[in-house]
Amino acid sequence: MAAGTVHPSIAVLERNLTLYRRLWRASVFSSFVLPVLFVISIGIGVGGYVGSVKGVDYLSWIVPGVVASTAFQMALGESTYAVLGDFKWSRAFHAMRATPVQPRDILAGHLLYLLFRVTIAVLTFLLVVLFFGALRSPWAVTVPLACALLTVATAAPVCAFAASIDSDSHFALLFRFVMIPASLFSGVFFPIEQLPVLIRPVAYVSPLWHAVELCRSATLGTAPPWPVAAHVGCLLLWAVAGTLLAVRRFRRRLED
Amino acid sequence: MIFARDLVKRFGDFTAVNGIDVEVAPGEAFGFLGPNGAGKSSTMRMISCVSAPTSGELRILGMDPVRDGTRIRARLGVCPQLDHLDPDLTVRENLTTYARYFGLSRAEGRRRADELLDFVQLRDRAGSMVEPLSGGMKRRLTIARAMINEPDIVLLDEPTTGLDPQARHLLWERLFRLKQRGTTLVLTTHYMDEAEQLCDRLVVMDGGKIVAEGSPRSLIETYSTAEVVELRFPDGLDLNADYAAKMSGIGERVDPLPDRVLLYADDGDAALTEVHRRGLTPSSVLVRRSTLEDVFLHLTGRTLVD
Ligand SMILES: Nc1ncnc2c1ncn2[C@@H]1O[C@H](COP(=O)(O)OP(=O)(O)OP(=O)(O)O)[C@@H](O)[C@H]1O
Ligand SMILES: [Mg+2]
Repeated sequence: MAAGTVHPSIAVLERNLTLYRRLWRASVFSSFVLPVLFVISIGIGVGGYVGSVKGVDYLSWIVPGVVASTAFQMALGESTYAVLGDFKWSRAFHAMRATPVQPRDILAGHLLYLLFRVTIAVLTFLLVVLFFGALRSPWAVTVPLACALLTVATAAPVCAFAASIDSDSHFALLFRFVMIPASLFSGVFFPIEQLPVLIRPVAYVSPLWHAVELCRSATLGTAPPWPVAAHVGCLLLWAVAGTLLAVRRFRRRLED
Repeated sequence: MIFARDLVKRFGDFTAVNGIDVEVAPGEAFGFLGPNGAGKSSTMRMISCVSAPTSGELRILGMDPVRDGTRIRARLGVCPQLDHLDPDLTVRENLTTYARYFGLSRAEGRRRADELLDFVQLRDRAGSMVEPLSGGMKRRLTIARAMINEPDIVLLDEPTTGLDPQARHLLWERLFRLKQRGTTLVLTTHYMDEAEQLCDRLVVMDGGKIVAEGSPRSLIETYSTAEVVELRFPDGLDLNADYAAKMSGIGERVDPLPDRVLLYADDGDAALTEVHRRGLTPSSVLVRRSTLEDVFLHLTGRTLVD
């Protein structure tokens, strides 16, 4: 028997890609066209009034924020209904559970799939803004890495959440109280120094803020507010804790 | 192949499986027969290594499901009570994707998928999505999927519940072929005829316990008579117990049900003659062979399909 030719997590990744082949047209708009339109309208339109932030033209300043925030929204959005659905409605994860695929492989397959999607979106986006002259440092090549780390740091805890709830109405809370505040207060559109001191900790705990600062320092070639290792460490903390929690939740959910 | 001793499954304080002993030999077709809530599915999920036993001993293919779950699952084919096919994949993709979960190469997955599509007669639907398939087609696809890894044991939880008679017979015929190839089959059902058609040996479960065990024929011989006479009376309902009393002594046993009286006798016609001789005039009469349904009724005092 030709067993063991593929790792179970890769088999799960392939399944997700097979599904994606049917849907990719629909996602091109939200994951690629939308951010580009965004950069053009906000960066160039609003930038015309704002002028520059910290001595950098607004377009160049906002591009790394939008890249990271695109990755963040993709990682979060794709780990909600899709994950709950495979537990609850299609029960596809239960079907996998009846094979040598283990809960950790199911999670790994999902994360690999998101890394694939996010990386493609980030690379295309970078290519476009390159022509707008918005990448000012060769360090910009590290942006996909920061976004990959952000993807795991975001998707893993959200997967754990999706595996713990029984009704999709809980996602409304997630969007309202996590996604929107994180998107607004993580230094995507304006420096967090503008925030009241009381709200600033929201940025410090948000994985998005750390990724935004890493991306911004990469595309502008400047030093981030905290040491690079501190930003990376915070993202790693989210990624590792989220993954451990998600594996436990997946295992419990598939036990019944 | 399967060995269980004093197997127990509890959900909170509720005991779904209450200390059962089961042994299944290679090549055997083994059945769990029982009414709703008997604990059949709970037992099947423990055997498929997706649910851990609360207590007792369980060995599948000589291995421990808790420690070697992954290795055991690699050699099982599981067809659960509720289909969980991938609704957004095509019929064929459901099979090829599943093949990859077992670590098969893509080429091998495609080869087996085509072979199995022929086997369950779904070749002409290979490119169709799963959603529009009929219940019987989905069930056949689930069975095909359960066989993609050429399993040593195929576990089927109520394979034909909810199907029309034609679809059921097609499935039975496919399962029968599988059995002829030497695959060990374990199935649950609450259909007597299914158990009689497919099972070499079965256990009757009720309330989480095994109440009888044997081949369909030996169960009938032990717990019933060769023939059964079903009698309906025009003013039945409340009076069935009285009619039954008047028949006492005829055949082996008389059982009044709400809608009819069952008379157990090895010679049904002779028993019926005696009924008439006693001056009873049933409005309808049926003499038939005894089935597992009668066994179940005798063992639990209840009918199986409600
Ligand atoms: N995950 C669970 N949590 C709590 N109770 C459960 C769970 N699964 C099953 N039960 C209970 O255990 C009992 C046995 O259920 P099981 O599904 O094993 O019965 P069954 O013989 O398969 O019945 P059916 O013919 O309806 O499929 C039922 O009373 C059921 O409510
Ligand atoms: Mg059941």
